Amino acid sequence: MTTLTDPPKESFRLSMLLYDSRYRSMTIQIIVLMGFMLGAAWLINNARINLAEAGKPITFGFLWEPSGYDINQRLIDYSSRSTHARAAVVGILNTLLVAVMGCLTATIIGVLIGVLRLSKNWMVSRLAAVYVEGLRNVPVLLWIVLTMAIMAEFMPQPREFRGENPSARMYLFDSVAITNRGVYIPEPKFTNGLGDIPVAMSLRPDQCESYLEGGELADSCGLFQISLDLWLIIAVLLAGIFVAKLNTMRANRIQAATGERPNTLWVNLAVIVLPTLAVLWYLGFYLERPVLKGFNFRGGIHMRNSLIALWLALSLYTGAFIAEIVRAGILAIPKGQSEAAAALGLRQGKIMRLVILPQAWRVIFPPLISQFLNLTKNSSLAIAVGYMDVTGTLGGITLNQTGREMETVLLLMLVYLIISLTVSAVMNAYNKRNALKER
Amino acid sequence: MKKSVFLGALTIAGLAATASMASTLDDVKARGKLNCGVSTGLVGFAAPDANGRWNGFDVAVCRAVAAAVLGDSDAVNFVPTTGKTRFTALASGEVDMLARNTTWTFTRDVDLKFEFVGVNYYDGQGFMVPKSLGVSSAKELDGATVCIQTGTTTELNLADFFRSNNMSYEPVPIETNAEAQQQFLAGACDTLTTDASGLAATRAAFENPDDFVVLPEIISKEPLGPLVRHGDNQWGDIVRWVLNGLISAEELGITSANVDELAKGTNNPEINRMLGTEGNLGEMLGLDKDWLIRAIKVNGNYGEIFEANIGEKTPLGLSRGLNAQWTEGGLIYSPPFR
Repeated sequence: MTTLTDPPKESFRLSMLLYDSRYRSMTIQIIVLMGFMLGAAWLINNARINLAEAGKPITFGFLWEPSGYDINQRLIDYSSRSTHARAAVVGILNTLLVAVMGCLTATIIGVLIGVLRLSKNWMVSRLAAVYVEGLRNVPVLLWIVLTMAIMAEFMPQPREFRGENPSARMYLFDSVAITNRGVYIPEPKFTNGLGDIPVAMSLRPDQCESYLEGGELADSCGLFQISLDLWLIIAVLLAGIFVAKLNTMRANRIQAATGERPNTLWVNLAVIVLPTLAVLWYLGFYLERPVLKGFNFRGGIHMRNSLIALWLALSLYTGAFIAEIVRAGILAIPKGQSEAAAALGLRQGKIMRLVILPQAWRVIFPPLISQFLNLTKNSSLAIAVGYMDVTGTLGGITLNQTGREMETVLLLMLVYLIISLTVSAVMNAYNKRNALKER
Repeated sequence: MKKSVFLGALTIAGLAATASMASTLDDVKARGKLNCGVSTGLVGFAAPDANGRWNGFDVAVCRAVAAAVLGDSDAVNFVPTTGKTRFTALASGEVDMLARNTTWTFTRDVDLKFEFVGVNYYDGQGFMVPKSLGVSSAKELDGATVCIQTGTTTELNLADFFRSNNMSYEPVPIETNAEAQQQFLAGACDTLTTDASGLAATRAAFENPDDFVVLPEIISKEPLGPLVRHGDNQWGDIVRWVLNGLISAEELGITSANVDELAKGTNNPEINRMLGTEGNLGEMLGLDKDWLIRAIKVNGNYGEIFEANIGEKTPLGLSRGLNAQWTEGGLIYSPPFR
């Protein structure tokens, strides 16, 4: 005969926080967290008090003072009369420019080298291996400095292009000049352009007066200006692509119904290219060539050698890491896949392009995100070659001229944090969409 | 995430914790070494020689202060600073004083909380170009590419100069003088701009100095001098009066050669007060009575230091000009020792 007795009702005692394994882990976590927060509070308070004592309380008012310095590469209008805040924005845009350019090139280089390293050709795979090991085992700063030194020391000076028998020549029908101050390429221009539209005019209303009265648009009006020409071209191009898509779908339908596929190539090409050409003609499109005038080339787009050095070095360096990621991704695909594809009669190139890479892409993508983030943050080494990124403007000259170390460095950290978090948010969203759906 | 916040806070605290401290004089004495911020290497002003010993016009001020305070002109840690790092180094207490051709400006004095103790070189910003460029005036530099050391007043003067003359230019910002030199020699920029004395120093270090000229225009006032942190007036006084002592010594004819002789007593009461045979000026500063004797003995008076490091007989070949004694028509002038 058994009797059921209630288990003794436990009352909670304080000592259980330490001796009862159910509570212990939580106790420890709470104590550590409190200690951490106390420590952090003490440190922050200490910094605050010391800064106040040194007579430098944290203020951000300096951001609205005129900066007083010039920046060579600016994507939006800026002069030495603009504010420090605007100088910071110019720097941020420069950072983004080199980051985007770098990420694109690094990905292309990485995929190429990664595939080549798996090549059955001994020579090709060894060369790819040498590239990867050489690049990624030397600090990126050295690559940046080396590229810059090569640009500055071995390229011809602008004045060597001068005279009857110049010692240096321009390339591509006299439209590209490679000098030790950078590369000058032709700039697309329009004779009857539609002009620009200023955004956020209220920021600097005094600069926009003549524009609002129907007059000329000053470069300094608004936060930045949007080129209508560019938008028109993009819109026409997108519309063309859309129509081409419709045409392809129509061809698919006909093929499904009749088994015969009408030729789509020429129609598609025509609807994309012809309207765009028409718009370009309407706008009076021409390429402005750089011309040697005075000390330097004028006109065209000037890609400074600081930008080129930074861009090349970052792409080559990060490309080496991406190559390894790509190689790992490809090796992660079971051999059966390529054997099955081969059994279907696909050739090597097609197997890689149609079977292996699409699957490997899912493995490659997550580590690729962190390489993009690395590249973006490594771009802060720009100061080594005098590229005016946000570290150079806000964290360099502004810091120096105003003496606000704490404020500028905090802002700088915030800027990089926001850029990195945005990049990883976008990439993660993309990754989630393309990840293997498990059913 | 948590970790990075924590490390960030640590850094902040590390920056700030050193800002408040006891008297600099006591710190220096306890350490037995003076931490002196100098440039990363500018021939004539501050540069290590073949044996690694720092020499130069600015270095001499550091050594004189070390001799006055510690009795040993070699008891100096020379901390090379760039235009960018110098103020942080001084503000954070990493160095006790800066002697690094630093321009005395209102904001640096007032807003950055530093104290300029005087002027040891009256300078102005100039331009250097290769002779082959065929430029004879800075007004002809429209459209030129200009190499410039970032984090300096020259950056702002340059912007103002080109703006007020309605000229355009392309700035190439560079961190250190050595890099500026390399870029300039490679022709990556048409002209190099900095203080005229710095240009002379840079030019002197070139393989073919004669291929380059410094343009006649001086576009700014650059009074260069040593500086200390705000808030420690005793330390500021010591550095100020060591500098004034070197200047007065030249005016009164006290040299490294005759200082021992004069220290035995002279008919000139000011010399006697300076060299400690009369009054107790040294004690007022918190030093002993021989402080200035030691300072002068190191490299001599202001004039001797000038001639030995940057004067006309050196590769820099700078004339005294504005930096002559006031009695000779210059601006170098020390308040009286009284």
